Amino acid sequence: MSTKNQTVKPSERFHLIQASKGWVLPNVWELWEYRDLLWILTLRDIKVRYKQTFLGCAWAIIQPVTNMIVFSILFGRLMKMPTQGMPYPIFVYSALVPWMFFAHALDASANSIVGSGNLITKVYFPRSVIPIAAIGSGLVDFMVSLLVVFFLMVYYGITPGFQLLAVPFLLFILILIVIGLGSFLSALVVSYRDFRYVIPFLIQLWMYATPVIYTTHLVPQKWKWLVYLNPVAPVIESFRDCFLSQPLNMGMLLISFAEAVLFLLLGINYFAQVEKKFSDVI
Amino acid sequence: MSSNRALLVHGLGKRYEIGTSRARYQTFRDTLMQAAKNIFSRSSEQEASNKIWALKDISFEVKKGDVVGIIGRNGAGKSTLLKILSKITSPTEGYAEIYGRTGSLLEVGTGFHPELTGRENIYLSGAILGMKKREMDKRFDEIVAFSGVEKFIDTPAKRFSSGMYVRLGFAVAAHLEPEILMVDEVLAVGDAAFQKKCLGKIGNVAKEGRTILFVSHNLGVVANICPKSILLNYGKKEMEGSSSEVINRYIEIGREGCGEGTWESPAVAPGTDKVRLKSVRIVSNGEATTDVDIQKDVLIEVEFWSLKDKNKICTSIQLLDKLGNWVLASANMHSVSLEPDEWFNKECSPGIYKTTCTLPGNFLNEGLYSVNVLLLTDAVHLEVTMNEVISFTVYETGLMRKEFSGAWGGVVRPRLGWRTECLQVESKDQPFERGANQ
Repeated sequence: MSTKNQTVKPSERFHLIQASKGWVLPNVWELWEYRDLLWILTLRDIKVRYKQTFLGCAWAIIQPVTNMIVFSILFGRLMKMPTQGMPYPIFVYSALVPWMFFAHALDASANSIVGSGNLITKVYFPRSVIPIAAIGSGLVDFMVSLLVVFFLMVYYGITPGFQLLAVPFLLFILILIVIGLGSFLSALVVSYRDFRYVIPFLIQLWMYATPVIYTTHLVPQKWKWLVYLNPVAPVIESFRDCFLSQPLNMGMLLISFAEAVLFLLLGINYFAQVEKKFSDVI
Repeated sequence: MSSNRALLVHGLGKRYEIGTSRARYQTFRDTLMQAAKNIFSRSSEQEASNKIWALKDISFEVKKGDVVGIIGRNGAGKSTLLKILSKITSPTEGYAEIYGRTGSLLEVGTGFHPELTGRENIYLSGAILGMKKREMDKRFDEIVAFSGVEKFIDTPAKRFSSGMYVRLGFAVAAHLEPEILMVDEVLAVGDAAFQKKCLGKIGNVAKEGRTILFVSHNLGVVANICPKSILLNYGKKEMEGSSSEVINRYIEIGREGCGEGTWESPAVAPGTDKVRLKSVRIVSNGEATTDVDIQKDVLIEVEFWSLKDKNKICTSIQLLDKLGNWVLASANMHSVSLEPDEWFNKECSPGIYKTTCTLPGNFLNEGLYSVNVLLLTDAVHLEVTMNEVISFTVYETGLMRKEFSGAWGGVVRPRLGWRTECLQVESKDQPFERGANQ
């Protein structure tokens, strides 16, 4: 089914509905037309997430802080993980916050299409709205848990540097990766339900492949390129550098950005090829 | 020519894989297995037999301002057609040209979330149905007023009664104001007053010159609001024309389906060595059928083999509605039958016998009924019980529908005697005592 919008008269629209043949371009213009829906679905997820939870937004802090405490005891105290002189709690927390955003957003995005089966079989709208909107509620958690980072910076006496200005850009790269990969996985889960069980496992492994609890300085020079094949690694490292006022590795970040754009293009393109089948399969 | 056209459908078809049209998702393992199988078998005939056309070669045209009903049996392809035209699913072949903004209403309360308030749900549902936030701001008060749930607008939807839920859902959809509206069975919900309101709204939309495609099982409603109808049968367009002709054809098709359950010989028939069931048939208007006009008598014909001498056989039926509620039970006993059945309690020799039970017209409500058949000997020993051996559908054809078009509750819908008398006229000298707060 491909839809061509032509203006017949100013108020009139013409659609042609037909069997899809061959390769389809992702319809970005249509997505833009439905931006209100994107916004309202995002708001819905945020509201539903915090309604009827006793602690509300506090959960966004409790989770990473608990993780931070456990990791600090395990890797900081017991194993004495080298951190280039940084206190382990802030070292691990400043990376955990963006990582947890990435992990939650990716998981939510990947399961979003299957979770919206009742909508997909009853009404038409650009399907790509769903995996994108699923990212929104993770953003609120991210913002809330950032507060603790600033608290830790004060506690450990770290002077904020200009690097902090890069945080929105880093977040932007993460979001690009999540949209690309999340769209891809959400479409895959529709056809192959196995991936529902694979994704949490994959995210778990991915965390160990990403310098969250360790730093890439520990990786031998010979194998470093492996770490950087992972587009999330430089972003997470850079987040940490921002909060610890360390110099950023701009070269790596640009490679990561390029990889993110590639993920985005591949993801939404795959999504566009299979989205027509969702309502028949779901 | 085409400026007057709202919809042109040409050769539209949709193919599903059989038995899995709703749940075709698979595990990765299945795909691998299938791939492995295909390497070895290479049979394309097998593949073809696994696919069915839910819709095949559908062509029609709808002019601007037409109100068109789409009717057909379950599985005839009505909903599939509507889903294709509202872009939810894509056709396998053919095309449709749509001139104008479409809005489709396949369900009431699409996208409602139980945790959100009525207000939030109006915006959510509106956005999902394709309204812009500006439009919703403008129509918000109108929507709330139409739904009649003003008091609960800031209450989470999960605390709504199901009636309120439906009213709010329809209110949002009713204010979509598309040029082409497609509605599927949504009027099957809500109370009579609300249904009347919904029908009124649809009628108004039609009067405003907008185009409506209306899918329904309720032939009475289709006859009332749609001047034209299209009949689908097994995925093909059976007929297109004025609603009354199309509805008649629809009932005729049911006759071809034949309301009959038959067993070839006593060897395979259900029963005992005394009696076995031969066939059960629904006959109306002189023909075996599964579709019955609400005004016509329904005959349930039961044939059986008597296999012994001095066999006293009694036939009994039980009638169930579509929910399995027991509507009635009857037998050809003398005290039960309207006129005494001469074969009741009479010893019959081996042979084939037929017992007929007549249900009067204007008695059952519209809808699906099924029949249990029981054969007894000596009026007490149960020999055969066949549950839901046959079913039939009662259709209304507009009778009793002059004044009221909502859902007609109840298991039966007999025409009863009604008479109102004026017992006393209030005199001016001695007015009635009215309550103080009136």
